[in-house]
Amino acid sequence: MAAHQDRAGRRLVILVPYLWLLVFFLVPFLIVVKISLSQIAISMPPYIPTFSLAEGWAGLVDAFRQFSFDNYLWLTEDDLYIRSYLSSLWIALVSTLIALLVGYPIAYGMARAPSHWRPTLLMLVILPFWTSFLIRVYAWIGILKPEGLLTVILQTVGLLSPDEQVRILNTNTAVYIGIVYSYLPFMVLPLYSALEKMDGSLLEAAEDLGCHPLKAFWVITFPLSIPGVVAGCFLVFIPAVGEFVIPDLLGGSQTLMIGKTLWAEFFSNRDWPVSSAVAVILLLVLIVPIVAFQRAQQRAHEREAG
Amino acid sequence: MNRGPSWFNISSIVLGFAFLYLPIVILVIFSFNESRLVTVWAGFSTKWYGELFRNQGLMDAAWVTARVAFVSASIATVLGTLAAITLVRFGRFHGRTLFSGMVYAPLVMPEVITGLSLLLLFVAINFDRGFWTVVIAHITFSMCFVAVVVQSRLVTFDTSVEEAAMDLGCPPAKTFFVITLPIILPAVISGWMLAFTLSLDDLVIASFTTGPGATTLPMKIYSQVRLGVTPEINAVCTILIALVTIGVVTASLITKHQEVERKRAEAAAVQG
Amino acid sequence: MARKASAAKAASAKAKTPGGGKNVGPVRRTFAPWNDPAAKPFILFENVTKRFGDFVAVKNLTLGIHEREFFSLLGPSGCGKTTLLRMLAGFETPSEGRILLDGQDVSTVPPYRRPVNMMFQSYALFPHMNVADNIAFGLKQDKMPKGEIADRVDEMLKLVKLEPFKTRKPHQLSGGQRQRVALARSIAKRPKVLLLDEPLGALDKKLREQTQFELTDLQQQLGLTFLIVTHDQEEAMTVSDRIAVMDHGEIVQVATPAEIYEYPNSRYVADFIGDINLIEGTVASVRSGKVTVDTPDAGKLVVQQDIAADVGQKAWIAIRPEKVRIGLGKPAARTPNVMRGEVWDIGYLGDVSTYHVRLPAGTTVKALQANATRLVERPITWDEQVYLSFAPDGAVVLLS
Repeated sequence: MAAHQDRAGRRLVILVPYLWLLVFFLVPFLIVVKISLSQIAISMPPYIPTFSLAEGWAGLVDAFRQFSFDNYLWLTEDDLYIRSYLSSLWIALVSTLIALLVGYPIAYGMARAPSHWRPTLLMLVILPFWTSFLIRVYAWIGILKPEGLLTVILQTVGLLSPDEQVRILNTNTAVYIGIVYSYLPFMVLPLYSALEKMDGSLLEAAEDLGCHPLKAFWVITFPLSIPGVVAGCFLVFIPAVGEFVIPDLLGGSQTLMIGKTLWAEFFSNRDWPVSSAVAVILLLVLIVPIVAFQRAQQRAHEREAG
Repeated sequence: MNRGPSWFNISSIVLGFAFLYLPIVILVIFSFNESRLVTVWAGFSTKWYGELFRNQGLMDAAWVTARVAFVSASIATVLGTLAAITLVRFGRFHGRTLFSGMVYAPLVMPEVITGLSLLLLFVAINFDRGFWTVVIAHITFSMCFVAVVVQSRLVTFDTSVEEAAMDLGCPPAKTFFVITLPIILPAVISGWMLAFTLSLDDLVIASFTTGPGATTLPMKIYSQVRLGVTPEINAVCTILIALVTIGVVTASLITKHQEVERKRAEAAAVQG
Repeated sequence: MARKASAAKAASAKAKTPGGGKNVGPVRRTFAPWNDPAAKPFILFENVTKRFGDFVAVKNLTLGIHEREFFSLLGPSGCGKTTLLRMLAGFETPSEGRILLDGQDVSTVPPYRRPVNMMFQSYALFPHMNVADNIAFGLKQDKMPKGEIADRVDEMLKLVKLEPFKTRKPHQLSGGQRQRVALARSIAKRPKVLLLDEPLGALDKKLREQTQFELTDLQQQLGLTFLIVTHDQEEAMTVSDRIAVMDHGEIVQVATPAEIYEYPNSRYVADFIGDINLIEGTVASVRSGKVTVDTPDAGKLVVQQDIAADVGQKAWIAIRPEKVRIGLGKPAARTPNVMRGEVWDIGYLGDVSTYHVRLPAGTTVKALQANATRLVERPITWDEQVYLSFAPDGAVVLLS
């Protein structure tokens, strides 16, 4: 009897989160796929076909007949979408590389700091991550806008004449800054954990065998930190591709990013089928790096276990 | 091993942290600015905080956000912990691959997609949008973060402690509450805190899933930010930053204190 | 037996031990440059002090190590032995004093320019390189031609019997194999001195014993100078030509393993190496190579030893358990050192038994006896009154 109870309890533990995720994660996504195959309509909800369980099997079959790939064709016809996808990937890639260049020295410095400092430094890296994303992006508007703080400082220092202003806000440069700034902790943390884990005696061994410390960095430290580099890059790149807030607030009208396009398609054009199609394609685009990332993580785990 | 921090290391840390913190510090400073201009310092003042509390719309939004965050974080913690236990302890079962996929996918899913898909679900089932739809949306993505946090603790958990309890006659469910939960509690609490801040933070998903009367603070801030930088918004942000900072610093101080106590007790035990 | 106990205290390479006169234990080979006053030490620590903040890791230490010597630094953790090794490798710089290697001051030479190599306690194998690349690493730093590197790597692999594992990564090797790779990597450059930091600490007992002999073989074969740091006294005894016992940053005694065992110069050394009985008393007389110590436990005990001691001075008779004889009957009349006591405990180890005998004043003395007869016939049992005795040349008198 006790064993029966255990099994029931176990089933309950699995079932509750399982059902929740099925209903609120998987099913919604299937609905997105379904709507992406529907037509826009001036009604509420603004698409056809809609089906309800009341119409039964016949209704379902009927609905399937009305599905079309028109929305996807539309995505290829208007080059706005393709340019949005490509530009998203490009902006994410550039930002990721900048974040790596900025984050590596920070992570390296932290990993080489005296061990009693490290928990504090770690907390200081994580702390901004806990404060609102929106606030952190907003903070840059005040700095980067033409009459903002950067202009004032540069004018005071004399690098800018009093009638000149910095033109960074509403450009892609501002988007790069915003992404690097917002996602820097995601880059620093995996790099730090890779560098911190490294046995210091490896560098001593390299020096002992006649290797100059600067060279030892490239032949020992950097190769061993590659799992951290890979993890950090994916953790910045993947969310950056679908980013909405940063390009919307810091970017200009010419800044194309797919998250922004989707938002506009949905809220301004109220074209739910097309925005669903945009979402489906975005996910397909992201599946490659996501799967690659998970493979890399798995390999890293196996290496640690072995 | 530590031959003292080099100049390169010190300067990269200092510059790095300056980059991370200066924008926030500037924002906080200018929330105390007398002038409405956010670039020119005109003297210290707390008047924007006063105006903030008279701004009914903002206060309502803050109240909605706090309620959403509390409810969604609490439910997400329960669901996320169950999901973590399922992943770590239950080995193979039918649909495990799908389940772990569903737990990890929301972590990397662009917010616009999560928001859009949930909205479409609510429309399809004709569910009135408002407070509860935002809560459900927040539970769905934050439970996955909780699951990851709790899972990483469970992986390092020494199961022989549970086996000892069961050996002494404690049934599994009771073992979980008297043995497992107290040990993993710090991870569960940090999972809750993470879920709470994620909910507090979220703009995109809330914008999709909200309805009348359920405008959250980030949505309010966002709509004002689009119009430009104002000291009121700086003041709201400062309060939020202060709350989060106090929360995180307190939590880490408590953890550190417990750690120190434990080490001291251990040292005393070794000597005694 | 013209040995002065104070002589071994001199922490210098030129141990003032009069050579030849005393031959203790089997000598592995006739190699004893430290007894030759004309021989110049190959490595010389000269008044070296190393401070870490307020902590003094090494205190004004002078020590000479000769070419081709297998030298051990022995002591508990925190005694400064590893710091000494790391100063020679170049990872630490002496706060005071200097280090000479083959007559050259190397105190401030960076590690990558020193002709010494180190085998790390953790092995420090580069995890992203295979066995061959690990061994070749040092050679590549010297810009050795590719062909020569390949030849040297093969030679090293053969030396440590790892030819089939050439392309394996470190994590695909067993602990013993990793140890060999680390060894091969550190000798590949043919360093003048090989430093070994607890080289066998991570191996299990059986493998450790086997590897100890391989190390000594290798050392003789290559003719290198080995400096090894260990806290394992058995390991130090097995492999070394000489051992330096360290305590709190200072050298307490430098001598050959047999000398250290038979003639410890202090209770610290006596206690650290092997098992020993210490019987406290006061010096009653010192004459013609004989010291008489008056002990509360057994009255006057005589030890054959040349020692500069004052009558009335506090002293300890140190005697190894295997040199204490135990019996139920009174030993022959001419035996000078007889003690009476009660058997307190018996440790049966199969081949030998240790009898813990409590003396009248409370000191417990251990006596080791080979179990020449079967257990059932063992005559001595718990709570029995027994006689203990030892020969005057079996013990030493310690003054500190």
